[in-house]
Parts: sequence; C-alpha cells; structure tokens
Amino acid sequence: MRELDVARVEETVYTLFRRACCEIGEDVLSLLERNLETEESPFGREVLRQLIENDRLAAEKQMPLCQDTGMAVIFMDIGQDVHFTGGDVNRAIEEGVRRAYRDGCFRASVLTPLTRINTKDNTPAVVHVRIVPGDRVTITAAPKGFGSENMSRLFMLTPSQGVEGVKDAIVEAVRLAGGNPCPPVVVGVGIGGTAERAMQMAKHSLTRTCGEPSPDPMLAGMERELLARINDLGIGPQGLGGRTTALAVHIEQMPTHIAGLPVAVNMQCHAARHKAATI
Amino acid sequence: MSSKAIHAPLREEEIRTLRAGDSVLLSGTIYTGRDAAHKRLCALVAAGEPLPFDLRNQVIYYAGPCPAKPGDAIGACGPTTSYRMDAYAPTLCDLGLIGMIGKGQRSEAVASAIRRNGGVYFAATGGAGALIASCVKAAEVIAFDDLGTEAIRRLTVEDLPLIVAIDAQGGNLYESGPAQYRR
Repeated sequence: MRELDVARVEETVYTLFRRACCEIGEDVLSLLERNLETEESPFGREVLRQLIENDRLAAEKQMPLCQDTGMAVIFMDIGQDVHFTGGDVNRAIEEGVRRAYRDGCFRASVLTPLTRINTKDNTPAVVHVRIVPGDRVTITAAPKGFGSENMSRLFMLTPSQGVEGVKDAIVEAVRLAGGNPCPPVVVGVGIGGTAERAMQMAKHSLTRTCGEPSPDPMLAGMERELLARINDLGIGPQGLGGRTTALAVHIEQMPTHIAGLPVAVNMQCHAARHKAATI
Repeated sequence: MSSKAIHAPLREEEIRTLRAGDSVLLSGTIYTGRDAAHKRLCALVAAGEPLPFDLRNQVIYYAGPCPAKPGDAIGACGPTTSYRMDAYAPTLCDLGLIGMIGKGQRSEAVASAIRRNGGVYFAATGGAGALIASCVKAAEVIAFDDLGTEAIRRLTVEDLPLIVAIDAQGGNLYESGPAQYRR
C-alpha cells in the first residue's frame, strides 16, 4: 500500500486545469495546420488561420484560448494499492478546480440547473473514477465547453440496425449539429454498455491523443470511414462551408445487452483540451 | 480575404450593402448579452418597462467573457452559440436592434426578423477567445451586474473580424456555404 497525501491530488488538479485551458495540445494544433493546407473553402481557411493564431496567442499570454473554460471534467484512475491521507480527496479535487479557475481568470460557468444560480467558482467538477491495479493515480483534466456538449446525442438503437445503423446515427448527429459545436470537431463515440456507460465511453474517447486511431483495427477502420463521411457533409470550419468538419473520430466500445445497441455521440469542439499526469 | 471596415452603432445604409459571405472588420461600441440577459430584456419589454440601453441601430454580441487579468480590458471573449437567443431575438430586432454577433445557424423567425427590419447577423469565430479579446479595447458592465459573466457589457472594439452570415436580402451563409461543399 502506498500513502498519497490529498494535497498532491489538489496540486495536480490545479496545475492540469491551469494548463489545459490555456495550452492546446500539439495533437490538435498539428491537425489544424494539416487541414489548413487541404481546406478548399476561403472561409474555412480563414477560420483555421484564426484558430491557429488564437491558440498560439493564448499559450503565449497564458490566457484561456476559449472563454468557455467549461465544466471541469476529470478522469481519475486510482491504483487499488493507494491510500489517500491528509483529508477528503473529493474536497481536494474541488479545491484544485476552484483555485485553478480563480487564479487563471477562467470563467465561472457552472450553476444550479433549475434556479440558474451560479456557484461562482466553477465547482462542482464532474469526476469519473476507475479503480485500476497498482499504486499510482492518473488524473486527466478535460474542461468541456457546452457549445459542443449541447450537441451530444444518445441513440438507443435496435440490434437489427447493426453496424450501418450505428454509422448513420453518428453521421446524422454531426449533420444535425451543423456549425453549433464549433467545428472542426472531434467526434467522441461510445458503443455498447448501458445508456450512461455509452456516453461515458464517448467522453473518455476524447481524452485520447487527437487523431490517434483506436487500437482495435475494426474500430480504427470505422473511425477512418466515418471521418471521411463527416467531412463530405460540407459543414466546414464554424459551419460556414468547407471540407474540415471534423479533425478526428474516436470510438470506444464494450459489450452490451442482447436487446440493445446503445450509441452515444459526445461532440467536442476544436478546443479539445485535455492534460494528464500520473502521481 | 479582403475586409470591409464598418462602425457600430451601424448605419442603415451601411447595412444595406452587406451580403452573406462578406468579411468585415467591426469597430465602435457593441453590447454583450447572452441567455440570462436576453431573458431579462424580454421580461422588461413584456412588462412595458425601459431597457438598460436604447437598442436602436445597436449590435448585441452573444458572449460571456472570462474575467480580465490585471491590466487587460477583458478576458477571453469569443462568441457563444446563437440559437439559444432565437426565442428572444425577434422581439429585440423589432425594437430597433440592427446587428447580432454570434456563431451558428439561426431560426427562420430570426432570419425573417432580420429581413423585416433590415438587420444583419454576423459570425465571429467560435473558440477564438484570446484573439477576439485583443480586439476589445474597453469593457464596462452597464446592466444586470449580478449575472456575472452574463451581465450586459458595453465593449469598445477595434477591427473585430466577422463574416456576414445572414443578410437582410435573404442570404444565409450557413445554408449556401455547406451546400457548396457537400458531396
């Protein structure tokens, strides 16, 4: 068993969010640059140019690249041999988020859904925990903006709809979203499990290095095919028309029930922010 | 892309020349307002009470900025998705609001209010929060301070890069643009 002070968890959460909101990954930046070379639409090229300039400026000035610094989504893989000491780990996570959003001058975007009263410090975070072997903790901070989150969809397909039905549902979700989720998007997909697990897989797939294919050859093939179909929709950067509607499609799957075929699509804007650390 | 320089508040004759697909650089005074502020503005209209600013010939920017760092006029300040303001926009257009800045497609009711009133809807680049902040020279909360980021702010902007998305003649780049590249 390894003891881990929750102060280290707080510090890690703090640092990851401070960086994630201001520094886009090289993965996204290089995909934006690659698509700028191939984009045919003049509006599309102009938008991609602005985004690349924006993302560089944000990192240089250490200011948020997008004003929607999101809800604070956290994936935490906790080794089963870890024993947290020094206090409540949940409070440490919240404190890390609270301080990061305050010190970073990030937007407080979180409120009570029905009264619409803002919590003023961007808490609570949305935390997904997995227990894994070992004595380490891996924390992934993935601030999620709601322009794209609002365009997410869950399809509870029937088994008869099969693989083609799955593909059509994913393309349809992107088509219906149009320019709203800030294309070029990353399309996160979860297939199987239950309704909530499908969506969780879709979200988790977005923490993969952007554009890296699934290790499963069948899923990798689907990702390539769907990316081509989505980019044939013509939506383009910001929905103004063009070839670059999506930068990547990421799919995860797990077994599901004999009666079901859940498909979750979690849309991610081009500000595909995620930073991870292992402690 | 070559861009036309325009100035807010907008003049009607200036608006008439704008067509969907035109690139413009907007300077002058605009107002931020998003979900919560729109709800309050329309509640004031329904109650017959005065609005915090005269809408005539003004431009509302759908945005909720990040807090400003010390020494900066404003924090990251890109557009939010516009369709959420579709329920309120026609009421405001009919009261003289001439321009809206946001991102994403609008409803037919909004496009029709734009045609009816000779208005315009501009697209700003969603997610370009840092870049757009560098075009904002001054910002001041003028109403609904309790709404935090959703308060109405008067912004002084310089050369804000925009694309005309919906014009008063029925042009709509969110329809014509993708149609051109669909395969």
